[in-house]
Amino acid sequence: MSTMSKTKVFFLFSAVMRLVEFPFRLFLKCFGMRNVAWFFLAPNLIFFGIFSLLPVILNIAYSLTGGSEILLNDRTYIGADNFSDLLQCEDYMDPNSCKEDLFWRSLSNTTIFVFLQVGMMVGFALITALILNRKIVARGFFRSVFFFPVMLSPVVVALIWKWILQRNGLLNAGIEYFGYEKILWLLERNWAFFWSVFVSVWMHMGFYALIILAGLQAIPKDVYEAARMDAARPFVIFRRITLPLLMPTMTVVMLLALIKGVQTFDEVYALTGGGPGTTTTFIIQYIYETGFAGSPRLLGLAAAVSLLLACALIILTTIQFIVKKRSANG
Amino acid sequence: MMIKCLARFFSIFILFLWPTYAFGQEIRYMCYDTVECAAFTKLMPKFNEKHPDIKVKIDIVPFKAIRETLPVQLAAGEGPDMAALTDLSGLNEYYLDLRPYIDNQYWQKSFGRILDWYRDGEGDDRGIYGLHTQLTLTGAYINKTLFQQANVPIPVLGSSWDEWARASKKVASLTDTYYPMALDRSGHRFMGPVIAYGAQVFDGDKVILVDDAFAAYTDKFVSWFENGIMAREIWAVGGTTYKDARREFVNGEVVFYFSGSWQVKPFDAAIGGAFDWVVVGSPCGAGGCTGMPGGTGLVGFKQTKHPEAVAKFINFFAQEDIYQQLISITQNIPAHKAVAEKGVDYGGMSDTASRALEAWTGEVLKISPIAFRLQGYKYSQALFDIVAKRITQAVVGELSVEQAMMRCKSDLAKALANMN
Repeated sequence: MSTMSKTKVFFLFSAVMRLVEFPFRLFLKCFGMRNVAWFFLAPNLIFFGIFSLLPVILNIAYSLTGGSEILLNDRTYIGADNFSDLLQCEDYMDPNSCKEDLFWRSLSNTTIFVFLQVGMMVGFALITALILNRKIVARGFFRSVFFFPVMLSPVVVALIWKWILQRNGLLNAGIEYFGYEKILWLLERNWAFFWSVFVSVWMHMGFYALIILAGLQAIPKDVYEAARMDAARPFVIFRRITLPLLMPTMTVVMLLALIKGVQTFDEVYALTGGGPGTTTTFIIQYIYETGFAGSPRLLGLAAAVSLLLACALIILTTIQFIVKKRSANG
Repeated sequence: MMIKCLARFFSIFILFLWPTYAFGQEIRYMCYDTVECAAFTKLMPKFNEKHPDIKVKIDIVPFKAIRETLPVQLAAGEGPDMAALTDLSGLNEYYLDLRPYIDNQYWQKSFGRILDWYRDGEGDDRGIYGLHTQLTLTGAYINKTLFQQANVPIPVLGSSWDEWARASKKVASLTDTYYPMALDRSGHRFMGPVIAYGAQVFDGDKVILVDDAFAAYTDKFVSWFENGIMAREIWAVGGTTYKDARREFVNGEVVFYFSGSWQVKPFDAAIGGAFDWVVVGSPCGAGGCTGMPGGTGLVGFKQTKHPEAVAKFINFFAQEDIYQQLISITQNIPAHKAVAEKGVDYGGMSDTASRALEAWTGEVLKISPIAFRLQGYKYSQALFDIVAKRITQAVVGELSVEQAMMRCKSDLAKALANMN
């Protein structure tokens, strides 16, 4: 580079730097060195305030209002009516006896879904991680294969499975080939629920398998060597060594899966639309449809459910935090 | 000193964040029906010739955006200058009254009572808000070839739902067709047969929705699913999702398909000569042989910065010759009286499709006053959503018909309480 070009670059650089420096100098002049930390914190605080704190406050405000108006100013204050409507039930085990039956149906669906999905997810993730931890052929390839669905968009996953499961889909083509009758996988209530769980497990399992794999690799090798020298059988090694040492990781995995399970929406919505009927309608879809998709838009009711859900998630997160802290302290 | 300092400090950020405004008379039209959007685009040069100072940008969006996003945009004072929509009176509070800019008498004479569908429905609202770009009517199509193959006589016009169900089931079993009947999953589609069955929907000024005829038709409808007569795939879905059976009918998997007049163009394009299909209108009952009227309307919004330009655009397409061309391209039933009376030249259309459109035009005369009133009812969308949701639950066995009726009533009461 010639001296002339170097000088040009130097001047350009200084000009840019001065431009960048200008607001900082101005801040120092206005507020002094003592408050300089706020200058660096401000962008994050503003961002957090606008996109996290303000929506939470708005959500609380909306949950105390009724009507179908969209702007908060136009809405009527109704106190805790939305919450009392949600919780009004003759028999909590029978959604039909509740005032907001669809809320209780979606809550019950979510509970069963989370119970099955988390159980299956953790179980399959553990088995996958145990296999991938062994010295098998093309281990790297299989690790990628199991992780691949995690990288796909939930809607893409749902569409792929829809092509497989629809009346004229791949699975029914196979069944017909062997001389059996077609099954309407996504239209029969039990089957639709099963496939919602299955697809969700298939999609997320790779992520949890990866965490468990990391946990497995952190277990010291000499413990296994000592066990083998004592002629311990593989199952005993797994039950007495692997599982106890993996427990902190497993707890974290379980809690993460639990929180994610409660929030399930996109892949199931794209796969079944929440149907047949309300069989696969989960709590997030209920909030979406109550507040945005149906007519009238009951934003107050949707906000109230959101708040209840937030409380449940805060409890789960607190448990996760305590467990993590305990496991870190040994 | 401090204030000056602060002002200088924030002015830098404002400079960066200041939005750029476009100047000039550019208006935006939010359109969802690809056929209609294309027709508007095709006729746009004619509009530009007459109004070179107005630039119209057509934004093609999914129907979901019209249903879910547009109301939020309008409430926030944002959104397009004009839009095509189907919930005609639902967004009335945001409509631009076109009366100061148009020939009121011409509009009144040309569109008559259809203008009521855009009005508030309460009080003495005489505003003119929208151009009904397509008049639609719900009713049935049959796969005539399947009837011929099965050698089953086609029920005569005026036959009841039961007669059609029996005939369709017979044809399906003889021709090994997957579904005898299908009805679009939509509250709007469901209400046509219900009214034909004798449901009153209104009691004076009050909407009641559920009565004996409504419950009787629902009971019959649910039993058709249990007997494998109705296409389960269409109704066994969730939420308020709209679903039609166009694909199934086009593939020859349905004998009798209850949908609407807007299917003519897609059927003509997709079926071609694969099989014969005909319009048989609405089966009859105690309430007549009515379907539900409906359609799409082009409306302008109050918050537009160019109300005159918006009115000029809408008014241009309401003129007889232009409206005639628009309908000819979209191949719909005209809502414009003079255009309907003179007849539309649907050039380039097959004989089957021409006959179908003729049949639909004849069906318009059978619309029941209840169906006409329901279409103009301000909260009709809420009512349609409730019906679709609760009847689906009865269809899949989550609720009994009796429970579904009770839920329809309580949902309606809740919706009205929230909207009034």
